[in-house]
Amino acid sequence: MPNGRYGEFGGQYAAETLMFALSELEDAYRKAQADPEFDLEFRKLLREYAGRPSLLYKAERLSADLGTQVFLKREDLNHTGAHKINNVLGQVLLAKRMGKKRVIAETGAGQHGVATATAAALFGMSCDVFMGEEDTRRQSLNVYRMELLGARVHAVTEGTATLKDATSEALREWSRRVSDTYYVVGSVVGPHPYPEMVRDFQRVIGDEIREEMLQKYGRLPTALFACVGGGSNAMGTFYPFIQDTDVRLIGAEAGGEGVETGRHAATLTGGTIGVFHGMKSLFLQDDEGQITPVYSISAGLDYPGIGPEHAQLFETGRGEYYPVTDEEAVTAFEYVSRMEGIIPAIESAHAIALLQKMQKEFNPSDMVVVTLSGRGDKDVEAIGRYRGQIV
Amino acid sequence: MDTKEHNPTNIKHRENRIDTTFAKLRKNEKKAFIPFITAGDPSIDASYAIAKAMIENGADLLEFGVPYSDPSADGPVIMRADVRALKAGTRLADVFALAGRITEEFPSVPVVLLLYYNSIFVYGRDRFFEACEKSGISGVIIPDLPLEERDEARPFADKYGVYLISMVTPVSYERTRKILAQAQGFLYCVASLGVTGERASYSTDFKDYFDKLNELSNIPKCIGFGVSTPVQKKELEAYCDGVIVGSAIVRQIEECIQASLTDSQIAARLGNFVHSFTEVKP
Repeated sequence: MPNGRYGEFGGQYAAETLMFALSELEDAYRKAQADPEFDLEFRKLLREYAGRPSLLYKAERLSADLGTQVFLKREDLNHTGAHKINNVLGQVLLAKRMGKKRVIAETGAGQHGVATATAAALFGMSCDVFMGEEDTRRQSLNVYRMELLGARVHAVTEGTATLKDATSEALREWSRRVSDTYYVVGSVVGPHPYPEMVRDFQRVIGDEIREEMLQKYGRLPTALFACVGGGSNAMGTFYPFIQDTDVRLIGAEAGGEGVETGRHAATLTGGTIGVFHGMKSLFLQDDEGQITPVYSISAGLDYPGIGPEHAQLFETGRGEYYPVTDEEAVTAFEYVSRMEGIIPAIESAHAIALLQKMQKEFNPSDMVVVTLSGRGDKDVEAIGRYRGQIV
Repeated sequence: MDTKEHNPTNIKHRENRIDTTFAKLRKNEKKAFIPFITAGDPSIDASYAIAKAMIENGADLLEFGVPYSDPSADGPVIMRADVRALKAGTRLADVFALAGRITEEFPSVPVVLLLYYNSIFVYGRDRFFEACEKSGISGVIIPDLPLEERDEARPFADKYGVYLISMVTPVSYERTRKILAQAQGFLYCVASLGVTGERASYSTDFKDYFDKLNELSNIPKCIGFGVSTPVQKKELEAYCDGVIVGSAIVRQIEECIQASLTDSQIAARLGNFVHSFTEVKP
């Protein structure tokens, strides 16, 4: 695809300082794609380090309660506790091939930062992570984890001090030290080739779902559910099924306090077309293109944009995306914890909540897969606070 | 200088002020001094007074930054200016009105806007460049619209006779030739890596940088990013046609705001500051 276009979305809207680095990155990625050694090395890391394949767990109690067969794709069981490690292992492996000695990353909830710090430790690279100050407070445990892994965490105080500001700061840092630094983008966002590359490294989620469903049940799932912030776990889940038009692809956006209140991060529901962070996509912005402050209880979904390929799936109607409020997500967080003994990340709880809201659309013979993108240990303190308890 | 050389589409509009300005400067063996301010920082009226004072003290071309919520190519000084300008309620209509006042009052001084592509895209490209023409704006610098994506804006800019000013950096490498092939007006040469902001020193080899650029094109070349003192300006302009000073000027404005100065006091101080670079008699 020229310049990484998904319909009208995507592209390469980056500063000239970064353009050579982006073409260098694309060249390196194309070479890696053509090299079976790279794939072998990547698969080996996924298997022996991240602990893949992740379980596709049939949640019997949820199934009985929701009146349809519910499977949880357990990305929370990966090393470092979320799907983020898949992408990071691929990119850091690429960084190593490119001879880079230093990696940087942005992070929202801290899961991508932790994964990057982990891979940097594994490969003996220097690591700097940019994180909104607000998020360093919401996710202080992850800040400590990153530091424990040898990374430096920079609290970003600009703007709303959340994920979008951390991303802008990581872009600035990259342009300062573009020759020795590799920027590990955490989602299917940013200038080409990032959306494509991150999706390729995350498609292992969907590939595994597909293979296991066919092997065990001889059929494809009725629907796939995943939460979307930037959209990497959802893109990884959906991508291998895009051509299977009878499989519904359903994304849960952060509805915050409700889309009608204006305090939300539901980009597809409330966004308009624009160009930001290197890509043309849908964004929450005003009539002059100023990015509007977004809000969600989930630091990982608290982002005013969405990956360009999701924007295309949304526009063409191939994907369905609906908002889920904080309250609905917290209720689902508690629900899965009590019903299945699995504490999901608050991000992933949005996907469960959406299935709860849509349960009437599925019958007992249907099979729905919900990608549980991460585990919820990092969230218990914040959820306790939300419920008025000091943890 | 043959301006058509840098004007591949041969638009039939009146001559662009950028071309006449640089032709005159080159004829007189002078270098351009190009100050940058964020429009609306701390207010549009203040920006007008500052711009006027800067022109009266020898600015050859003015660069107005359009404030943006997330200026990812800018350093902390300009980021703070954008926050102040947006807090003051600055919108594109205000920036066009400001530019219109200046270009009417000072018809020989070209005004260019520096803004992120989203501001143009969401406003509507045709509507945007039409408004540029109406307010006498000569060119537009879009830091996040590289060569690969420029075709999105170029036909609209051409239609209204507005130049798209290209940027080149020390790490453009083999891209440089293509950038120069479609450059218009003047070339914005980024002095070093990173974002906007003052720098005490550079690691760039300027002789080599400009030798290579001059080999490829005769277009006027101005250097920006990090230039903050008259001494630096003197050193750098030896290599090229002009010097752009942004953050150092915006920092002066910030200090004036912190000292609660009036608009005319701010304008006087900025006039003096620009004078320290140009040494032109007001």
